[in-house]
Amino acid sequence: MAISQDAHTVKQFDLQLANLRNLVLEMGGLTEDQLKRAVTALDEEDMTAAREVIFRDRLVNGMQAKADDDCINIIALRQPLGSDLRMIMSLANTVTDLERIGDGAKKICRMAVQIYDGVSSPPSAKLLRDVTPIAALAAEMLHDCLDALARLDVEKALTIIHNDDELDQEFQSALRRLITYMMEDQRTIGHAINVVFIIKALERIGDHCKNIAEHIVYLVEGKNVQQRRNLDMSLAMSAQDKSET
Amino acid sequence: MSTTIIETKSALDTALRPAAEAGKQSSLEVTDYDNRQTVGAITVDHPKMVCRNVNVYYGAKQALRNVGIDIGANQVIAFIGPSGCGKSTFLRCLNRMNDTIVTCRVTGQLKLDDEDIYAPVIDVVQLRARIGMVFQKPNPFPKSIYENVAYGPRIHGMVNTKAELDELVRASLERAGLLKEVDKRMNDPGTSLSGGQQQRLCIARAIAVNPEVILMDEPCSALDPIATAKIEELIDELRENYTIVIVTHSMQQAARVSQRTAYFHLGDLIEVGETDQIFTNPKHKLTEDYITGRFG
Repeated sequence: MAISQDAHTVKQFDLQLANLRNLVLEMGGLTEDQLKRAVTALDEEDMTAAREVIFRDRLVNGMQAKADDDCINIIALRQPLGSDLRMIMSLANTVTDLERIGDGAKKICRMAVQIYDGVSSPPSAKLLRDVTPIAALAAEMLHDCLDALARLDVEKALTIIHNDDELDQEFQSALRRLITYMMEDQRTIGHAINVVFIIKALERIGDHCKNIAEHIVYLVEGKNVQQRRNLDMSLAMSAQDKSET
Repeated sequence: MSTTIIETKSALDTALRPAAEAGKQSSLEVTDYDNRQTVGAITVDHPKMVCRNVNVYYGAKQALRNVGIDIGANQVIAFIGPSGCGKSTFLRCLNRMNDTIVTCRVTGQLKLDDEDIYAPVIDVVQLRARIGMVFQKPNPFPKSIYENVAYGPRIHGMVNTKAELDELVRASLERAGLLKEVDKRMNDPGTSLSGGQQQRLCIARAIAVNPEVILMDEPCSALDPIATAKIEELIDELRENYTIVIVTHSMQQAARVSQRTAYFHLGDLIEVGETDQIFTNPKHKLTEDYITGRFG
C-alpha cells in the first residue's frame, strides 16, 4: 500500500486532508481545461474564447490561494508528520506548478490575441505547424500527471519524468525551423517571435508537469527525485573538476 | 456534518484505492503489523551504552522483548510510543531503577562503556551517579535550593571544602540555566520555586554529581510551553558534555530535541533511526500510524 488507508483518530483531520486533496485535483482539472481551451482558441482563431481563458486564470489563482491557506492551516493546527506531512508539502508544491501551468495557458491566449489582432495579416500555416503536436504532448503530460496524482501512481509519475525529453526535443527542433523561416523571410519575424513564446510556454508546462510527477514520487516513496538528480550531477561535476586539476 | 465527513472520506478512499491495489511502491518497508523485528540501524559509531537482547518481566508478565539498541555518546535519543509500550521500563533499566521493584526481572546485556551494569560487582549507588535521572514530576528534596544541589556531591565525597562545594553548586545551577533566577535566594526551600524552575533544579541536582548519561522520563509533561522551551534549550546545551536519553509523549518534543528516535510498541522496539527520517519517512507501518495519529 502506498499511503495509509486507516482513518486518523481525529476525524476532522481526515476531512481537512480530503478537502485539500479534492481542491488540488479540482484545480488540476481547471488548468487542464484552460490549456485545452487555449490551444483550441489559437487553432480556431477564436479570440472571444482566448479572452475568456485569460479572464478565467484568476479562478486558478484563487484556488491556489485557497489551497495555500489550507496547507498552512493544517500545518499550524495539526502538526502533520510522516506521510501526512509529505502529502501536505507535495500538494502545496503541486499547487504552485499548477498555477504556473495556468499562467502558461493564459500566455498562449495573450499571444493568440496579438497574432490575430485583426490589423496585421494572419501568419502562414507553416509558422504554426509545430504548435499542435507540441500542445498535444504538453496536454498529454498534464493529463497523465493529474491521473498519477489522483491514483498516487509512482510508476506513471516516473514515466512522465523520463518522457519529458521528448517535449524538449520537439521544442528545440521547432525552434530551429522557426529560425530558418525568419532567416528566409524577415517579414515573418513578428509572428514567429509570438509563436516562439507559445511553444516556449508549452515547453514550460511540460517542465511543471515533470515537477508535479516528482512531487508524487516524494509523496508516496519519501524520495526526493530532484535532489537526488542534482546531487548526482554535482558529484559528477566535482569528480570532473578533480580529474581536470 | 457527520454525513459530509463520511461522504468525503469514502470519496478519498475511492481515489486512494487504485494506489493501494497497485501495491508496488511505498515508503514503508514493513507494512505488516505483526512483524516486530526492529527496523533501522540499532548501532552507532560511538556508543556510550550498548544494550542487546534486553527482556524485562514484571512477575509473569513480559514488559519488554529482545530490545537491542546503542545509545550514542553526546547525542540525545528520544523514546516514543503509546502508553504501556515499555519505553519508561527500558529507560529505568539503563540505571537499574527497576531494581527497586521487587517483582521486576531484567535479562540481557546492558553495557556502559563496555562495562556490564548488571554485573554483581557494580555498586548501584555509584552507577546512578554516573547515570543520572530526571523524573516526570519535579521532585526537589524538602530542603533549600542550595542543599538540593549540594546533597549529591557531599554524599559522594566529591568535594573537600565549603568553597569547592559552593563553586560546584553555582556551576551546576549555571549549567541548568537557573543560577540567575535563584542567586539571591539560595536558602529558600526548593519547593518554593515554580514548576519549570523546580525541574531545572532537579536537572542541576542530577548534573552536580558529574554524570555521564542523563535519563529523562517525560521531563516537561508538567510544564508550560515557556518552561518547556527552556528545558529543551538546556537539553541541547547539555548534549555537549552528556549523553541524554529522553522519554516523551510529545512527538514534537522528540523531533525538536533528539538526533535519534526509537519507537516502542507493546514491549517491542519497532524502529530506530535518525529523528528526521522517523518523522518524515518512517519504515514500519506501526511507526507511521503512531506518528500520523492513526491509532494509540
